Amino acid sequence: MMGMKILFAGSLSTVQDKGRFGYQKSGIGTSGVMDYEAYETANYLVGNEHDEAVIEATLFGPTIQFDEDCICAVTGADMGIKLDEVLVEMYQPFRIMAGQTLSMGMAVNGCRSYIAFMGGIDVPVIMNSRSTNLKCHFGGYEGRALKNGDELKIGKNVVSDEEVAKILARKAKKVHYDTDVKLRVVEGPQEDYFTEKGKKTFYGSSYEISVDSDRMGFRLDGPEIENVNGVDIVSDGIALGAIQVPSGGKPIILLADRQTTGGYAKIGTVCRVDLSKLVQLKPKDKVRFVKISVEEAQKL
Amino acid sequence: MPDMRFLPAGDSAMVVEFGKTIEDELNRKVHAMSHWIEAKKIPGVIEIIPTFRSLMVCYDYHVIKFARLKEILEQFNTALSNAEKSIKKIRKVPCCYGARFGVDLADMEKITGIDRDEIIRIHSSIDYKIYMLGFLPGFVYLGGLDKRLEAPRLKTPRLKIQPGAVGIGGSQTGVYPIASPGGWRLIGGTPLDFYNPDRENPILCEAGEYIRFVPVNIDEYYDIRHMVLKGTYQPEIEEIPDESKENGGGE
Repeated sequence: MMGMKILFAGSLSTVQDKGRFGYQKSGIGTSGVMDYEAYETANYLVGNEHDEAVIEATLFGPTIQFDEDCICAVTGADMGIKLDEVLVEMYQPFRIMAGQTLSMGMAVNGCRSYIAFMGGIDVPVIMNSRSTNLKCHFGGYEGRALKNGDELKIGKNVVSDEEVAKILARKAKKVHYDTDVKLRVVEGPQEDYFTEKGKKTFYGSSYEISVDSDRMGFRLDGPEIENVNGVDIVSDGIALGAIQVPSGGKPIILLADRQTTGGYAKIGTVCRVDLSKLVQLKPKDKVRFVKISVEEAQKL
Repeated sequence: MPDMRFLPAGDSAMVVEFGKTIEDELNRKVHAMSHWIEAKKIPGVIEIIPTFRSLMVCYDYHVIKFARLKEILEQFNTALSNAEKSIKKIRKVPCCYGARFGVDLADMEKITGIDRDEIIRIHSSIDYKIYMLGFLPGFVYLGGLDKRLEAPRLKTPRLKIQPGAVGIGGSQTGVYPIASPGGWRLIGGTPLDFYNPDRENPILCEAGEYIRFVPVNIDEYYDIRHMVLKGTYQPEIEEIPDESKENGGGE
C-alpha cells in the first residue's frame, strides 16, 4: 500500500468532491459534498487549487493509518481529531508522517467533517467527478462508503518546499454550528399547491430534523402543511435544497444524493448560502424558514 | 408564442414550464428549448434537466442572475421556428422476448387476452418517444404503449431485476438500466447496455429520440451481447422526417 488504510470507517465516510454535473438529464444525480463551504475551506488549507476529492465523515469519524508522508486539514464538524493520540487543531493544515494514525470520534459540534489531503484522494474520475454515488454504486472508492481495511491513494501534487511552508502557515476561521437555525427560502416552483394557511404554517413553525435524514434528504417533523388539492405533480426537476411536501404534510429538504426528478409539489428552495448550516444539523436539531425573493437570495 | 412560465427553483435553478400535463406537443417544446439553450452556451448555465412538460435550468448566479436568464430564455419563441429540425431519430433496440428474460409473458397473455406472438408484434411495432430520463441512470420514460398491452404492476415488486430487462408497468413500457428492485411485468431482455459507467458515453439514449424494439432470438441475443461486451456493436439508428409535426413546432 502507498497512502492510507482505513482502520475504522466511522458511521458513514465517503469520498466526495464538488459533485457530478451534466448528467442529471440522464437520471444521474450530482452526489458531492453536503457542506460545500467546509469542503472548499479544507481544500484551500492543504493548497489544492482544483476541486480535489476529500473524505466526508458523518457523525462519527474514521481512524486512518498512513504509510506515506502527507499534508492534511480537517474542517466542518468537530470530531476531536488526534494524530497518534495527540489532539490536532482543525481549520489549519498539519503534517502526517508515514506510520502515524489519525483518529476521530463523535461530532460534538456539527455533523459532517471534511478531511482533505494535499493532492486530493486519488480515485478514478467517472463522468467528470470523483464523488461516490451511493445509490448507483459507482464513483468514489468502489462506488460505496468506506469500510474497515480499505486502502486509499493520495494524489501527487508537485509543490516546492517553499510553497509547502507557505501552505502550512494557512489558517481559516473555525465555524461554530448552531442547533436551531433560520433558513432563507425562495418560494416555488409549486407554492400554489399549498393553501395560505399551509404557507403560514410553513413559515411560522419550528421543525425538527428527523432521525430518517441522510445525504439524500432531511425529513422534518412538525406541523403539517395544508395543500389545496393534493401534492402530486407530473415529475419535474429537483434543485439542490428543494423542499418537497408529500401528502402527509411534513416537508423534506432534498440534498446531495437526491433523485434528479420527482412527483411531489415543492413549496420552496433553501438558499445556497444557508445549506452549510443546514447539513451540519443532527437529528432533533431545529429549523425555521424565512421567505426571501430570488433577487435578494442572489445578492447574499 | 409558446406559453411559458419562468419559476425560480431557489437561487441556482429556474424551471421553465410549458404546461402541467403529459402531452407530446408540450414535451416537443421542452426538448426543442433544451437543445436551443445547449446550443446557445449561455455563460453561467451549468446543466439542463428536461422533463415531461418543463425543464430545469441550473445556473451559477454569480455569473448570471434570474432576471437576465429569464430575458434570454424568453427569446426562445422566435428561435424555435427557425432552428427546429424535423428529423425523427429512431434507435433500434434488439429484444429477446420470452425465453429466460420475459418471465411474465405467460401472465401477460392472461391479463391482455392476447397471445404471445401478437403481444410481441404489437410491442415491437411502435416507435416509443423518450419523454425524459430519470429515476435510475439511463432509465427512459417512454410514451406510446398500445392500450391493449397495458397491465397492472406486480402486487409485490421483485427484489432484483437484471439490467436490460424489458417490462410493462401500467401504461408504460421500458428497460431497466441497472439491477434494481421493480414491479414491472417482464416480457423480454435487450443485450444493449442502457447504462454503462465505464463507457465513454455512459448513457445510451437521449430524451426526445425514439426507440423501436426489434425481436431477436436467443442466439442473436447472445451474438449481440458478445459484441456489446467487446465494444464492437454498431448501434442501428434510423433517421426519418418527422411527420407527426404539423406546423414546424411553433404556435
